[in-house]
Amino acid sequence: MTSSHQAALGENQMLKLYADMLLIRRVEERLGRLFADGEVPGFIHLSIGQEAVPVGVMSALTADDTIASTHRGHGHAIAKGMPLDGFFAELLGCEQGLCRGRGGSMHVADLSIGMLGANGIVGAGLSIALGSALAHQRLRRNAIAVAFFGDGALGEGLLHECLNLASLWRLPLLFVCENNGWSEFSPSAGQITFRLADLVPAYGIPYVASDGNDVVAVSTTAADIVAHVRREGPAVLECFTTRMRGHYEGDAQKYRDPAELEALAARDPIRIAKEYLRRLDVGEERLQDLLTDIDCRIEAAVAAARAGSAPDFETAKADTYTRVDMH
Amino acid sequence: MPELRYIRAINQALADALEADPSVILLGEDVSAAGGAFGATRGLRDRFGAERVIDTPISEAALAGAAVGAALSGLKPVLEIMFMDFTTLVMDALVNQAAKARFMFGGQRSVPLVVRTPHGGGLSAGPQHSQCLEAWFAHVPGLKVVCPADPASAYGLLRAAIADPDPVIVVENKALYATKAEVPEVLEPLPIGRAAVIRPGRDLTLVSYGGAVHTCTAAAGILANEGIEAEVVDLRSLQPWDEATVMNSLSRTHRLIVVHEAVEAFGIGAEIAARMADIGFDELDAPILRIGAPFMPVPFSKALERKYLPSADAVVQAARKVLA
Repeated sequence: MTSSHQAALGENQMLKLYADMLLIRRVEERLGRLFADGEVPGFIHLSIGQEAVPVGVMSALTADDTIASTHRGHGHAIAKGMPLDGFFAELLGCEQGLCRGRGGSMHVADLSIGMLGANGIVGAGLSIALGSALAHQRLRRNAIAVAFFGDGALGEGLLHECLNLASLWRLPLLFVCENNGWSEFSPSAGQITFRLADLVPAYGIPYVASDGNDVVAVSTTAADIVAHVRREGPAVLECFTTRMRGHYEGDAQKYRDPAELEALAARDPIRIAKEYLRRLDVGEERLQDLLTDIDCRIEAAVAAARAGSAPDFETAKADTYTRVDMH
Repeated sequence: MPELRYIRAINQALADALEADPSVILLGEDVSAAGGAFGATRGLRDRFGAERVIDTPISEAALAGAAVGAALSGLKPVLEIMFMDFTTLVMDALVNQAAKARFMFGGQRSVPLVVRTPHGGGLSAGPQHSQCLEAWFAHVPGLKVVCPADPASAYGLLRAAIADPDPVIVVENKALYATKAEVPEVLEPLPIGRAAVIRPGRDLTLVSYGGAVHTCTAAAGILANEGIEAEVVDLRSLQPWDEATVMNSLSRTHRLIVVHEAVEAFGIGAEIAARMADIGFDELDAPILRIGAPFMPVPFSKALERKYLPSADAVVQAARKVLA
């Protein structure tokens, strides 16, 4: 499939995909350092090694489409267009954050761009995306909803309910499984007895798989399947990908085979995308400029976040409800 | 004044809400073609279509999550959970998602959804179809909880819940579904968070909600024969609850008993008693008493259930005790 994908994408498209992935990579690498330095509180789950999935899928979406994300959601947020200033300010816990410092990494959301939130509960985004798709359908919008979930969520019963409901109501809903082989600290192979490819046909909806580390493969597959979802109804896209970091930052990953971790470099989605660009004769200098530009934007956002203010407690408390007449 | 059944009041509130706002949809098991397990949605599919009155599979968890996603995406979903006992299956969607989305997303958007669900015993429905679990929801910041005791408030609170921008759990007492009462010519929404003094009295205050309100009025009738005037306060709304009205009553009667069908331990009554012991300490002439169900599952057998449910007699005895 790779050669036809390569032919299908021109230099500008390829550069855009590469830049979007590189942005996520550099943002998360920066976050990793900020976390190690104690500037990012709480837990963060990095998606380094998985960037091709959000970038490839989002390349097929419009601004009106909605997505529900996971605890490993930075890539989804940034690929959907979340502004870096609001993103970093949120992760540093500032008032200037998109969620005013109330959610942090695991709940970062931007409703104005259809990003319905990262989520601290495995599988919870499935039903939220289902409801969003129901709203698109009943309000006669042309939009679709996308539910991102990991292979760890294959153990959740909610997946079955959502697949059945999406199929029953022919909802404009794309299920995207980011299969990185890990359920937190355990290999999914030791927990899940079925393949999604075998399960999905039982619901009477299409299933397609993609190399989740090849952004060209993901974006071309996503373009086709998103068109189907928009036209006809739900589908499942499974992207086989790699989690290059621990479950969360600070995870020593003693449970992982060092040889497996070493082999990940060859599967690095950024490296694979770079190969495409090389074959398109895009020079190293341009890529270097791109990197410099991305790092400048990131540093500006980090500087702005560092200059941010602490959220006000009473304002936060008052936002528990929109309106309370008594109390 | 015309008479209306509790279940018809709910039906009319749903119809009026569907009529008033095209973004309102109803979701639930058997709510559309069958008209609801208790008939609350009867006839609504014919009037508003299966696109807005939606039959669902038995998938409570996904439906509640879908209600959150739909509410964040422009609809106002009203989800029926057939028995409150089944709300155990929707806890993630309500507690982790619906209750927190507005707060944790920095107030970007509200989550206007309603869950309607019947609680309560008295029908020999057994341990898994009779529980009163409203205190669980009242304990979760971000959720509102109401529990109407009569047809007019069933209409008024449901309309208010559907119009409210935040997630509201509307708890209906299934033993009340078939009951009738007089209602005003024109039914109106009732404000969430406001209680009503439904029987004035000077000697003690009985605070209650839902089906137990009728236990209290029955007890007040018995006490009146003994020359004791009990004031009955129907809370209507449990989260937020109307502290001012309860305090006002207490400051006149100086004695307080809280009565509910839910188990007494760790319940709504404990919250009200603790709060009134704090802000109302100077007004109290007797300890605040609570009357609720004993700490055990709701039994099936009529003989057992009769003893399980808080009775008017128990309220009368408690009243004599605080007045002794």
